Amino acid sequence: MRYAMAIDTLKCVGCSDCVVACQTENNVPIGYSRDWIREIMTGVYPDLHLEIRSERCNHCDNSPCVRSCPTGASHYEEGGIVKVTKNKCIGCSACIVSCPYNARYIHPEGYVDKCTFCDHRVKNGNKPACVAVCPTKCMYFGDLDNPDSEISRMLNSRQHKTLIPEAGTTPRVYFLF
Amino acid sequence: MTEDIISSGRANHLIDPVLEVWEWHIPSYLFLGGLAAGILFFAGLTWLRKKEAMHPTSVKIAPLIVPLLLVLGLFFLFLDLKHKLYFWRLYTTIKLGAPMSWGAWVLMAVTPLSFIWAALHIKEVFPDWDWKFDLLKRAEQWLSQYKTWMAWAMVVLAVVLGVYTGILFSAFNGRPLWNTSILGPLFLVSGMSGGAAVIVLMSRSKEERHYFAKVDLLLIAIELVLIVHMFMGFLASTQTQIDAAQLFLGGEYTAPFWIFVVIMGLILPALFELMEMRNKKIPWMVAPVLVLFGGIMLRFIIAYAGQVSQWKL
Repeated sequence: MRYAMAIDTLKCVGCSDCVVACQTENNVPIGYSRDWIREIMTGVYPDLHLEIRSERCNHCDNSPCVRSCPTGASHYEEGGIVKVTKNKCIGCSACIVSCPYNARYIHPEGYVDKCTFCDHRVKNGNKPACVAVCPTKCMYFGDLDNPDSEISRMLNSRQHKTLIPEAGTTPRVYFLF
Repeated sequence: MTEDIISSGRANHLIDPVLEVWEWHIPSYLFLGGLAAGILFFAGLTWLRKKEAMHPTSVKIAPLIVPLLLVLGLFFLFLDLKHKLYFWRLYTTIKLGAPMSWGAWVLMAVTPLSFIWAALHIKEVFPDWDWKFDLLKRAEQWLSQYKTWMAWAMVVLAVVLGVYTGILFSAFNGRPLWNTSILGPLFLVSGMSGGAAVIVLMSRSKEERHYFAKVDLLLIAIELVLIVHMFMGFLASTQTQIDAAQLFLGGEYTAPFWIFVVIMGLILPALFELMEMRNKKIPWMVAPVLVLFGGIMLRFIIAYAGQVSQWKL
């Protein structure tokens, strides 16, 4: 089992529903967020290109955050989900500076918090809140090890990329383009 | 032309626009830890070379401040933690891949050792010191038989501690400027240089001062070579690391790095030490004070500049 997410940058309109859904579902404190929208505009008017990405923790196979955590609070769960155990976290920020994606933040209560791929929903057979709520249905979530899953077929049939693969992290959030 | 907008959500002041989670605590601790490692290294080494009669400060006097340095450093580390009540979790885990984990364990070994070494020599500075309890007096006698073993442990652990202060940064591949293993030896040598400077400052013997000024000169030369190598490594590497090196080669940290670390912290003290060796009239305190200043600046500048350096998305 290897969970992964794919986001179709051609369909994403940057509405931020995924961000709000995550904040609501996971009770993220006000002012913080586990996912975010990035709009990258290149070119000079009138020759412009716009890419919109819904970004979050990449749940990397080779996670620098898990490696650098001194207490084992950052760890892999079943399906490769990277999570933080609250009462093992000392708030040293090693994982925050080790993450090339800046996907982590310190929760006001002191421990480090981040996207969990909504594993509490996934365990019950549901999709993560961001995927479930997307109005353009541009997000896909599933098991990479299953060749018939929607995400496997999407990645087989569409061009895709990951973010900063050269950091050696083997990210598991894909962007279709 | 590229415009990158993060349009929603990340109103996290710790992450945007620049991630800066580590403030003064970590670089201060790295300086104190490196300094402690340097002093302990020379204490152990001088004892093992049986030179304590010639160089009493390095064996008996300078190590007295090491417990203070370590306790203060550990206190700073504790202040930096955001989930403080769980700090003991460091000692329920051993993770060799995480420098912070084995660093915590090394400190667990070095700190008591530094207390014992200081206790065995406290009468050098306070001749009237009395342990009051028989148990403590007997412990002192018993422990003083094992000083050679302790000296070996101090030399080895001091090197590990010194390297750890640099490797702590190297292990984070999220910050390209830190992601070079040369920081390990660089911080080790810088810590040793600081240790030699403290010995020079505390010593009352001209001979000992001269000896450690010479040692310091050698360490400064090694440091300069390591800094050159660091830039060679960056500039021959990927665009990300070239960009990281640009922070010091024209970017926003250029002036502080070259002025405070390289010129004031390395080149000037080296020149002063050379002039003193040729018996020019130079106040002997200037060089070691500059070395210590350079050591602090090196750690602060690397800590802050590293947090600015980013991978390009």
